[in-house]
Amino acid sequence: MPDYATLRLIWWLILGALLIGFAIMDGFDLGIGATFRFLGRTDEERRALLESIEPVWDGNQVWFILAGGAAFAAWPLLYAASFSGLYLAMFVLLLALILRPVGFMFRNKIADPRWRNAWDWALLIGGAVPALLFGVVFGNLFLGLPFHFDGLQRPVFTGGFFGLLHPFALLAGVVSLSMLIMHGSVYAALKVGEPMSVRAAALGRTAALVYAVCFVAAGIWVASSMAGHRIVSEVHALGPSNPLTKHVVIIQGAWLVNYRTHGTLWLAPAIALLAAGVTWSLLGVRRPGLAFLASCLTLAGTILTAGIALFPFLMPSSSQPDQGLTVWDASSSARTLFLMLVLVAVFLPVVLAYTAWVFRVLRGRITLEEIRRHAGLY
Amino acid sequence: MIDLALVNVSRLQFALTALYHFLFVPLTLGLSMILVIMEAVYVMTGREIWKRMTRFWGMLFGINFAMGVATGITMEFQFGTNWAYYSHYVGDIFGAPLALEGLMAFFLEATFVGLFFFGWERLSRVGHLAVTALVALGSSLSALWILIANAWMQHPVGAQFNPQTMRMELLSFSQVLFNPVAQAKFVHTVAAGYVVGSVFVLAVSAWYLLRGRNVDIARRSMAVAASFGLACALSVVVLGDESGYLASDNQKMKIAAIEAEWRTEAPPAGFTVFGFPDVQARTTHAQLKVPWLLGLIATRSIDRPVLGILDLVARARMRIESGIEAHAALLALRADPADAAAQARFAAHQQDLGYGLLLLRYVGDPSAATSRQIEEAAWSTVPDVPVLFWSFRVMVGLGLFFILLFATAFYLSARHRFEQNRWFLRTAFLSLPLPWIAAELGWIVAEYGRQPWSIDGLLPTFLGVSVTPVSNVWLSLAAFVVFYSALAVVDVYLLVRMIRRGPDGLGYWPPERTPVGVS
Repeated sequence: MPDYATLRLIWWLILGALLIGFAIMDGFDLGIGATFRFLGRTDEERRALLESIEPVWDGNQVWFILAGGAAFAAWPLLYAASFSGLYLAMFVLLLALILRPVGFMFRNKIADPRWRNAWDWALLIGGAVPALLFGVVFGNLFLGLPFHFDGLQRPVFTGGFFGLLHPFALLAGVVSLSMLIMHGSVYAALKVGEPMSVRAAALGRTAALVYAVCFVAAGIWVASSMAGHRIVSEVHALGPSNPLTKHVVIIQGAWLVNYRTHGTLWLAPAIALLAAGVTWSLLGVRRPGLAFLASCLTLAGTILTAGIALFPFLMPSSSQPDQGLTVWDASSSARTLFLMLVLVAVFLPVVLAYTAWVFRVLRGRITLEEIRRHAGLY
Repeated sequence: MIDLALVNVSRLQFALTALYHFLFVPLTLGLSMILVIMEAVYVMTGREIWKRMTRFWGMLFGINFAMGVATGITMEFQFGTNWAYYSHYVGDIFGAPLALEGLMAFFLEATFVGLFFFGWERLSRVGHLAVTALVALGSSLSALWILIANAWMQHPVGAQFNPQTMRMELLSFSQVLFNPVAQAKFVHTVAAGYVVGSVFVLAVSAWYLLRGRNVDIARRSMAVAASFGLACALSVVVLGDESGYLASDNQKMKIAAIEAEWRTEAPPAGFTVFGFPDVQARTTHAQLKVPWLLGLIATRSIDRPVLGILDLVARARMRIESGIEAHAALLALRADPADAAAQARFAAHQQDLGYGLLLLRYVGDPSAATSRQIEEAAWSTVPDVPVLFWSFRVMVGLGLFFILLFATAFYLSARHRFEQNRWFLRTAFLSLPLPWIAAELGWIVAEYGRQPWSIDGLLPTFLGVSVTPVSNVWLSLAAFVVFYSALAVVDVYLLVRMIRRGPDGLGYWPPERTPVGVS
């Protein structure tokens, strides 16, 4: 069994990998959900766009469910403090996510345009709100959240819902929303027939530009005027998970320390930006397949950029910085981490294999001719 | 101090959302298995009608599945949003089966359910059957993992409290995995889900036969539901999960409450068929007892006693007194982890720490508890006797009724006599809501009967709650009520509409290909 510090590091990487998996897989159906009302103007066009994601969105969303479950199992303090602290934000996210399964399943069952229009809006909310909120939450991690622990070690959150809407957090929200709209548009350009694919390519290029501008702006903001957290006491990477034993200071530039110490880490933001540029160009020359790969790189690079900046913090506390959660003091026991590592190592490749098979079975473009052959397959 | 208003509204929200979610889960379990049976017949016989049946029931399955997925996300969120201290306290153990449910069950179910609907023309017959079977396997695996997690709440094994991290930590995953309560629960719950699916198919088919519509499909569907349902209804009753109820003090308390057995009887105890439990007087009026039966069911023996409530409360009082010691030692250890005397004291009493925590509801410092408060805390370990007593009896009565229903259906099906027996068809149709009532009552017996604990003997429910403004929880609860009610209306409306439209109205195939008459 690897030592406790290594296990914690591995689980930080796994959490990152699950978030990246979620962004790549669920990201394109969230992005299409947010935009299909505009990419498709008639009911048939919208049905084609929806059918490109209907068979796969549910499996994709399990990446999010698994990331949540993995946080519960491997980072219980993070799961407890973040979900309870961000109570109303999580509730809004939950309602948006609930709209999706029923929206996809119910929409085509009745032909009445009012019925379909209502579900189209539900699906739009179900796509756009989560895409935006994920970024807002990440933005707030940079700012720190107002929470501490009481005598029984219960997490106590002292902020409110509107406190989350700091301009930087909103900027981060625009980064994630534009990123996932780019990703969804690329997928639509790849998967759906004309004229939707042409509109999708154009929208994808705009989204790539918005993303690049906002990503750079957020980076400049962090570098120029944002204070970060830094542990100044000795780090007990092998110690028990007790977030109350360290000392943390808030200083300017702390979120860039990892980049300054390990120069190669700059590759993460560089790849994110470069890949967004490549996505933009490939969409321009009608190569959506390659553009999709580039878009995946943007997603991975963006999430890594944020994770590296915050490391070792998982959830910094703005009100009691000493009690912020880090990789070294918020994990499960070594035994649980190791057990879960073995199980993930065995079963995640199986999941990837059958997911790839399902996508292969479903290969091919969804054209309007095909849509006219049936009333809806769900 | 504990904010009981917050605790109560959080519990209410959890109960309502869990009961609501559990309307859809059993039907998903049952229908997915029935789809496998129907499609297997199609693959083996090559007869088109069995494919139509699979697609028709599959469409209804899909509507229900979507509701199950939608309301299931709520459950995963809620542990964190509303039960943060619970999540911290037991996440080291409880989180693992939940994550494995995602990794091994949800992925399987959710990835292949798309192909079930979109793969009919893209896959070979056997290939599609395999996909359907994987969806059913995924549903049942999901039930397995969540019940392993739930069984650990009922009977926590393989874990120990760590004072340095203030939480329970895993000692043995195999003990968690092979928890005897989990096995009993899994068989009982999954078989109950299959019964729900079978009654659904039976009742809807009966409606078609009463109207003389879709006779071919309805008659065959009824035959499948009757045989599958009979086997499952027998399993549910025979393999009821009472067998796990003697594993621990709390489980014993649950069975004593279900039976309203106030005083320990000489073994083997009699089973109270009927009576009126009186909580104030601590007795049951007008009892009708079957001698020996309870002792046989609960202990599988004639010489072991089934402990009564009064004896179990006395035991709880002793454990609370020991728990006070554990709590005081824990406070000393928090101040100085190297304190050897506190370590020894904690080691001697730590198995009763949870009982000490029960006092936090009445007093800030358990060491200062009066004997009255200790008495109150000891009695708080008794769940709601009348609710459990009646829920259990109605559930069992319904279980026995389902056996009768399916046995009759099986007999009529074997003799090809459905249409002549309109009284039976009407009974079958009117039985439609009954399995849901039984399933919800089963949830109430298992989970409401677990109170006052969220983790039996370790963590009182009131302590597990998130520290969040009570207004937040009222807001989310109100939104759930509105939102879930609207979804329920839409769901039922759509199901009724699709059932009325029938297998011919799916738009999958042209209507002229509909076979007419008896085949």
